Parts: sequence; C-alpha cells; structure tokens
Amino acid sequence: MRGYLQYFAKRFGQFLLVVFIGINLAYVITRATPIDPIEQSIALATSFGNSSPEAIDAMRRSLRELYGLTGTPIEQYLIFWRRVATADFGPSLSAFPTPVGALIARALPWTIGLLAVSTLITFALGNLLGGLAGYYQRSRSLKALGIIAIGLHPIPYYIVALVLLIIFGFVWPVLPISGGAAMNLPQGFNAAFLGSVARHSILPALSLILVGLGGWFLGMRSLVSNIVAEDYVVYAELAGVERRRILWSYVMRNALLPQFTGLAMALGGIFNGAIITERVFGYPGVGALLVDAVYAGDYGLVLGVTTMSIVSVSVGVLVIDISYPLLDPRVELK
Amino acid sequence: MTLARILRHLLRYSTEFRLGVILLGVVAILAALSFASPYPPLDVYVVAPDVPPSRAHVFGTTSRGQDVFWQLTVAVRNTLLFGIAVAFLSRILSLVIGLISGYKGGWIDRVLMSLNDTFIIIPLFPLLMLFYFVMRDSMTWAMLALIMSFLGWAYDARLIRSVVMSLKRREFTQTGIFSGMTTREILMREHMPHVMPIVFSTTMNNINWSIGLEVTLSVLGFTDNNTPTIGGMIFWANQHSAMVAGVWWWIAFPVAVVVMTFVGLFCLALSMNEYIDPRSRWSRMSGGSA
Repeated sequence: MRGYLQYFAKRFGQFLLVVFIGINLAYVITRATPIDPIEQSIALATSFGNSSPEAIDAMRRSLRELYGLTGTPIEQYLIFWRRVATADFGPSLSAFPTPVGALIARALPWTIGLLAVSTLITFALGNLLGGLAGYYQRSRSLKALGIIAIGLHPIPYYIVALVLLIIFGFVWPVLPISGGAAMNLPQGFNAAFLGSVARHSILPALSLILVGLGGWFLGMRSLVSNIVAEDYVVYAELAGVERRRILWSYVMRNALLPQFTGLAMALGGIFNGAIITERVFGYPGVGALLVDAVYAGDYGLVLGVTTMSIVSVSVGVLVIDISYPLLDPRVELK
Repeated sequence: MTLARILRHLLRYSTEFRLGVILLGVVAILAALSFASPYPPLDVYVVAPDVPPSRAHVFGTTSRGQDVFWQLTVAVRNTLLFGIAVAFLSRILSLVIGLISGYKGGWIDRVLMSLNDTFIIIPLFPLLMLFYFVMRDSMTWAMLALIMSFLGWAYDARLIRSVVMSLKRREFTQTGIFSGMTTREILMREHMPHVMPIVFSTTMNNINWSIGLEVTLSVLGFTDNNTPTIGGMIFWANQHSAMVAGVWWWIAFPVAVVVMTFVGLFCLALSMNEYIDPRSRWSRMSGGSA
C-alpha cells in the first residue's frame, strides 16, 4: 500500500505540473501578443455605424476589466489564476450575455460522447486485430488488414474526413453529414432523439476510427510478435497449454500494458481531434465552439476552451495513470 | 553502423524503404519544378479560371485563375520546407535533452523528464489556435514553424534518452571516461552515432506530424494564407466551394500529392524502425561494431 501511495503522489505531482505549465503557457501566449485584443474588439464593434468617443472609452474600460488587464502585472497574473480556479471566464462576447462556462457545459457532453467512445472503440479494435495479426502471422486476411492499416495510418485526418464526406454526402447520400442530431426532435432520453444522435455520429466516429486504428494495430502487432518469441510462451506451447489461452492470458495481457500508457496519450489528443472532426461534420461540441470563437474574436471563450481542454486532458491522464497498478502489479514495487 | 551504410542496406532489402524513396522522389521533383514555374506564385487571374485538366493546363486551373500544376509545385515546396524546418529545429531540442537526460541521470533527468511528459500531455491544437487568435495576421510561416518545433520535441527526447541510458552502461562508455574524454565528447562522438538511426526515423515522423498540423491549420484558415502551401490550396478551394462547383481538380491533386508525401515519409520511418527494432539492434550491435 505504501508503494502505491508513493506512486500516486508522484503521478499527482506530475498532474499539477502539467496543469501549471499548460495554464502558464496559455497566459504567456495571450500576453506576448503584439496585438491588443481590446483595440481589435473595438475596431470590430465600431466598424458599423458611428459611436461617440465617450462610448468607445467606456467600452475600452469595461473590456479591459473583462480581460483582466487592470492593475499591476502580478495582480493580472493572480486574477488570471483565480478565473481558472473558479472556471469563471466571464460572458461570451459572441453569444452575449451567456457566460462562457454555460456555453462550454452545453458543448462538452457532445465532444466527450463522440470522442471518448470512438477513442475507446479504436483502442479495443486496433489492439484486438493487432494482437491477432501478431499471433497468427500466417493468416492472409490479417496480413491484408495490416497493409490497409499501414496505408490509412499516415494520411492526415482532415483528408480522410473530407473523402468520407464526399462519398457519403454527395456520391451515395445515405448518412447525415452535419450536426449532432436532427433539429426537429426534442432533446431528451427518447428513442427518436437517441437514434438520431447515433446516426449523426456514424460518419465522424468512422473517420476517427479509420485514422486511429493503424497506430494501435501496428504497435500491438509488433509487441505481440516480440512476446511470442519469449521463453515463457514457448514453454507454455510445449507444455500443451491451449493456444487460445496462451493468446489471451499470456500474450495479450502482457502486450496490453504498454498500449495502456499509449491510451493516456491518445486521450491527450482528443481535443486535437475534436476541433477538426467537429468542424468538418458540423458537430456541436467544444472543438466547433473553439473554432467559431476564434473566427468571432471571442477572447473569453477561446481562453476558456483552451484551459478547460488542458485541465480535462490532464485529469484523464491522471485517472489512467493511477489505475495502471491495478493492471500491472509490478508497479507497486517501485 | 554509419547512417549511410544503413540506408544502403535498406535500399537493397526493404520494399517499404524503396516505395518511400520513389514516392518522395516524385514529390521532390515536383517541388524542384517550382523554380521553373512560368507564373508568379502569388498572382491570381493569370490564366482562364475553372479550366478542367487539358494539354495546356495539365491539372486544370483554379477559380482564382491559377494553374493548379504550377501552383502545386510551389505549395509542395513550401509545405516540405515547413516540415523540414520544424523537424530540424525540434530534433536539436530532443537530441540535446535526450542525450543529457539519459547520460546524466539523477535530478537533471527527473526535472527534464517531468517537463518532457508535460509537453507530451498538453493538447497542442487548442494552444496553437490560441496563438493564432492573439497573433492574427502577424502569424508568419517562420513563426509557426518555431512554435511547433518548440512543442514537438518531447516524445522523441524520451526515446533518445532510453537509448542513451542503455549505451551508458556499455563498455565503450567506461573506456571513454577512463581515457579522459569530457562528457560532451562522449555524447557527441560515442553516443551520437548510435542514436542517429532513431533520429532519422523520428525526423520522418516529425515531418509528417508538422505537415499534418500545418495542412489542418491552413484548411481551417488559421495560418498565413498568402504563402501558398498544400493546406492553403485546399483552403482556397473550399472558400470557392470547389467540390460543389465541380472544380474537383483543385482539391483532388493537392490531396493526392499530400497523401503521397505522407505515405512516403511513413514508409521510410517504418522501414527504419524495423531495422532498429531494439531486439534485432542489440543482437546486431553486440555481434558487430561493439
């Protein structure tokens, strides 16, 4: 138990460091700019019609306060941290007066639902197929699968999504290509709405799975083909242990451990994936929110989504890290 | 164990490596042709717009009155240069950090590696978008390359570190120390050659990674769209609704070329990885040069 506590403390320290550096990066990036976001917002707001100088001045003052640009640099830094800690990023400028927090809370379930589910499916499927391909190395269909996985793996996500969109949207229009669910349905736990959500998620999920599969497949295949040559596997084979049992309890179980650490990294990539997927398929999640916020010049919303993604990714990685000893008892000994 | 010898070996025995070399060769020729382009790359409406592929315009022309083929040559060149610049800069970072961390060990290693893990975990895309958000039009090509190399070194530094850690325990390192070599000399002369194959394969992967991000950022319109790149071309095609308008050649050819680049680089990295697979590498090295 003491070993586990030490392990936990170390992981937790790493988690705090990630959050600290991530948030500081966000702070430095927003402050190191040669452009004044306030003057930009004012220029945007006053480009239509006339505004009196007093109104502009009042706007400038309230914007400065909104952006946390009042007071000394140290005070500004502390204000920044207080906002992060209380998750208070003020009202959104593009959807005034809805608070940034409410916008993110509305979008987050979509992103987590789509990306967590497709990441897990990709992980399970890729490892399963890769494990089989590594164990049954002579199988022709598994070899063919390997070539397809290698071929798809390096293609940038955007291109795959675009091709799927063209195939299922224009050439053979059977699936909805945009949105999270049909607009005319009441949201809630009823069959029609959930079915619509599922149908709308097929294309984005498929694109994510197609692109992600190759990495897991290749990694697992090479891990398994290494493990198969280990003494203990040869011994088990000679001792007449059932092949299926060797594959599942001897080979896969061991090969899965390094892959599990990879899952933590894949979770980190969720927000990278979300932005493009949601943009291409018009999915109402956090990524789409971020892109729209950048287009609209909504400073609070951009900052809110960025810090939220840093914190939630770190939490996800922490959860995987602390559950790792449950899978690999050797970790406790360190 | 020199890099040149490994490359020769791969060229002879690895199908993937040969495929990669051929694909990248075609892409490189395309990029080199940009210097022979009859049209200035930034000018628009120099030819009739929306002409399908024909003898005069092999890949057709865009709705902005540019020849797709010649535009593509410049775009490929810029995209490749971008990838190489990012890979080169981030290789320096990952080499220095990986070598020092692996060789020194102790608290230096611990500090560098927790920094390293942090950069592996932090979601890059939101940060890059935040960066674009504050920089807007002053976000240049070079600046983006600099930021991305600053963010893209971590994973490979860890890989290099693990190799150096095992090199450190080997005899030639001890011989080096006893013969009075400084740490820098040991790292540069003794360990570097062993690390180079890994650096080569991670370079390919890193070029892929940075080009992928660049294409994605450009397609979303979050880069300097005045510099022609592959992503920039797709961005402008989308702006003019090329797919809906039936100007498919404006999108199809850039996509084909970028896919060729990706598969080519990936094949090179893959064949190199197979070559330096830890098990076969150790058996080869202990039997051969050591």
